[in-house]
Amino acid sequence: MQVLSYLIPISLILGAVGLAAFIYTVRSNQYDDPEGDARRILSDEWDDHPKP
Amino acid sequence: MTAQIRHTTSVCPGCATAPHEAAEAAPAEARLALSLPGIHCQACISMVERGLNARPDVHSARVNLTLKRVMIEADPDLRAADLIPVIEGLGYEAHELDLSALAATQADRAGRDLLMRLAVAGFASMNVMLLSVSVWSGASDATRDMFHWISAAITFPAIIFSAKPFLQNAWSALRVGRLNMDVPIVLALVLALVTSLWETSLSGEHAYFDAALTLTFFLLAGRYLDYRTRAVARSAAEELTALEVPRAIRLLDGQEYEVPVADLGLGDLILVRPGGRMPVDGEIVDGQSELDRSLLTGETLPVFAEPGLAVSAGEVNLTGPLTVRATAVGEDTSLHRMADLVAIAESGRSRYTSLADSAAKLYAPGVHVLSALAFAGWFLYTFDMRTALNIAAAVLIITCPCALGLAVPAVTTAASGRLFKKGMLIKHATALERLAEVDTVVFDKTGTLTAGTPEVENFGDFQRADLEVAAALASASAHPLSQALARAAHEAGIKPAEVSELQEIPGYGTEGRFRGKPVRLGRAVWVGGSQGAQTQAWLDAGSGKPASFLFSDALRPGAEQAVKDLQAAGKEVLLLSGDTEGAVEDLALRLGIAKWMAGALPGDKAARVQMLAESGKKVLMVGDGLNDTAALAAAHVSISPASALDAARVASDIVLLGQDLSPVPDACDTARRATKRIRENFRIATLYNIIAVPLAVAGLATPLIAALAMSTSSITVSLNALRLR
Repeated sequence: MQVLSYLIPISLILGAVGLAAFIYTVRSNQYDDPEGDARRILSDEWDDHPKP
Repeated sequence: MTAQIRHTTSVCPGCATAPHEAAEAAPAEARLALSLPGIHCQACISMVERGLNARPDVHSARVNLTLKRVMIEADPDLRAADLIPVIEGLGYEAHELDLSALAATQADRAGRDLLMRLAVAGFASMNVMLLSVSVWSGASDATRDMFHWISAAITFPAIIFSAKPFLQNAWSALRVGRLNMDVPIVLALVLALVTSLWETSLSGEHAYFDAALTLTFFLLAGRYLDYRTRAVARSAAEELTALEVPRAIRLLDGQEYEVPVADLGLGDLILVRPGGRMPVDGEIVDGQSELDRSLLTGETLPVFAEPGLAVSAGEVNLTGPLTVRATAVGEDTSLHRMADLVAIAESGRSRYTSLADSAAKLYAPGVHVLSALAFAGWFLYTFDMRTALNIAAAVLIITCPCALGLAVPAVTTAASGRLFKKGMLIKHATALERLAEVDTVVFDKTGTLTAGTPEVENFGDFQRADLEVAAALASASAHPLSQALARAAHEAGIKPAEVSELQEIPGYGTEGRFRGKPVRLGRAVWVGGSQGAQTQAWLDAGSGKPASFLFSDALRPGAEQAVKDLQAAGKEVLLLSGDTEGAVEDLALRLGIAKWMAGALPGDKAARVQMLAESGKKVLMVGDGLNDTAALAAAHVSISPASALDAARVASDIVLLGQDLSPVPDACDTARRATKRIRENFRIATLYNIIAVPLAVAGLATPLIAALAMSTSSITVSLNALRLR
């Protein structure tokens, strides 16, 4: 049962990373325009160099 | 609108912007919003953004495709009117949006907050479920205790954060001595946590940490769905309001200044151009024109306007520019005074109790009594506090209202989504339930059943030569009747005659010279005819014997079908209008409506609707004008088209976004099916309880059974709701 002492913290940390990532996306307005963001990746405007 | 604004700015950009800057203490950046109904793909996004960003005075522009809107940060003196031509040049339709009417940012914070709580509850419940599964599959002794302690450590902070909305609601209900759906929820949560912690400290077998968290998660999901549906409707309704940018042209020492309507004061001189709407109540001091009062009174006949005539906010100026002296502004205008009538009528609607509330009223006391009885019974039987408390907690958790909490929002989300696709905006939370009960439909005439655009009736009665003259005279004016005449002539293939010295006399009509004789098209008195009850324009084609064109209002598309479908569905259809008897009777006959009322004042309409309600009818009111506002509010449920006045849209529960009226019977049908699904969902939730409660009361429930019952009932309820799509 020694393995539990690594596995439980690992599973908790992984879950917390996912939660933090989700909270980050909410806070940075990434759900404001789902339709537009899905379309924007099809545009080849900034393919060669990043938007300045 | 846009054309006029552009005109002022190009004539005198300095004076148009000067008062604007002074009022707002010169911000470093202006934020503008434009609505772009035509954009649909990534090429549109890049084209609009590239076009706007190419201007040096635009700092940044970002398109939101979901909302079909572009937000622009720009130099403070840039106006939306300067950018509209840019976008129109790219081939897209653009309208200015009033940013102060778009309060979505504040509402959005509430949604984000709810989403965050949902995420935390989801994260915690998954982790605790992971630990619980190992307990259920046989972990024992020290391992089980450790798992329980870890679960407790995750659960307590997560519940305190995630369940805050329930705690707050329950507390505010209890403080005034009432019960709502949140009270049993909070009681179940608190009891589950306390007994589980107690059990854990005694190394007991059963802990309900996972159940408490899943319960919170499902309930928050229901709340979030509910919130999303209403937020979508609210933001669409806000957009309709924001499209009407309230501006007026104030005259000061002979100069024209464009100012927000809110800044107008008593005694100000205001210039209203043809096609513009009166921003205030007032008196005409200069100019001659005709006024369209149909939105206020339902009359289709334009009224002659000359100095001295009193005008009310909301009337539309038709032919000539008018100068108006303001006698009442803002809150004092007749448009706003109508709000009092609405407030009185609205109290009737608040008497409606939603299905969810009536379910909660039955459910909440029942659960508490059951759980208390289980506690008392087991305590008397065993004299063991621990067993009794454990069983009471199990009863509360198993009967948890999470399926009930999802039953209504899941269905309304699905139904609103379906109706939104058909162009109907459900503004009020219980509008669907009320719509399902409707048995009587009351229509307004002008602007609701009719499109508000006139059509020539007796085109065939005229000689071709006369029609050619009429076409020439009509094409010189922007008056709605002239335009209808010109359109009819064009469709009949009639070429305008060569009439010289054409000129429009605002308020009267157009005149000119044809083969040396004066010719006229216009009002009865001016041309020499006699005004009848119907809308008419008189033509004198040089003979000195005037003849009249008769006009009738064109039907709104789908109106005939909607009335027929409603009658076929067994609903009684009535027509209440402020227009003259002849016009109303004519339309009622055409649509097959047996009961109608003409010349109705706003108070009459509301009284009639209230009378119907008192005789036990559930009335659906469909109307658009200011004269319908009180009736809209008095009805059991109400619909207004998007072309309605702002006040009417605010008073109604459902807004029809398109031109077509035919979705109305369809909406009644969808609403009826949605209500049926809600009742079905209640039954499903009750069924699960009937199976699980005896187990819980008998002390046979385990956390595994609780978790299974809760999840399956919530999922069945959601799936049942999805069948509506």
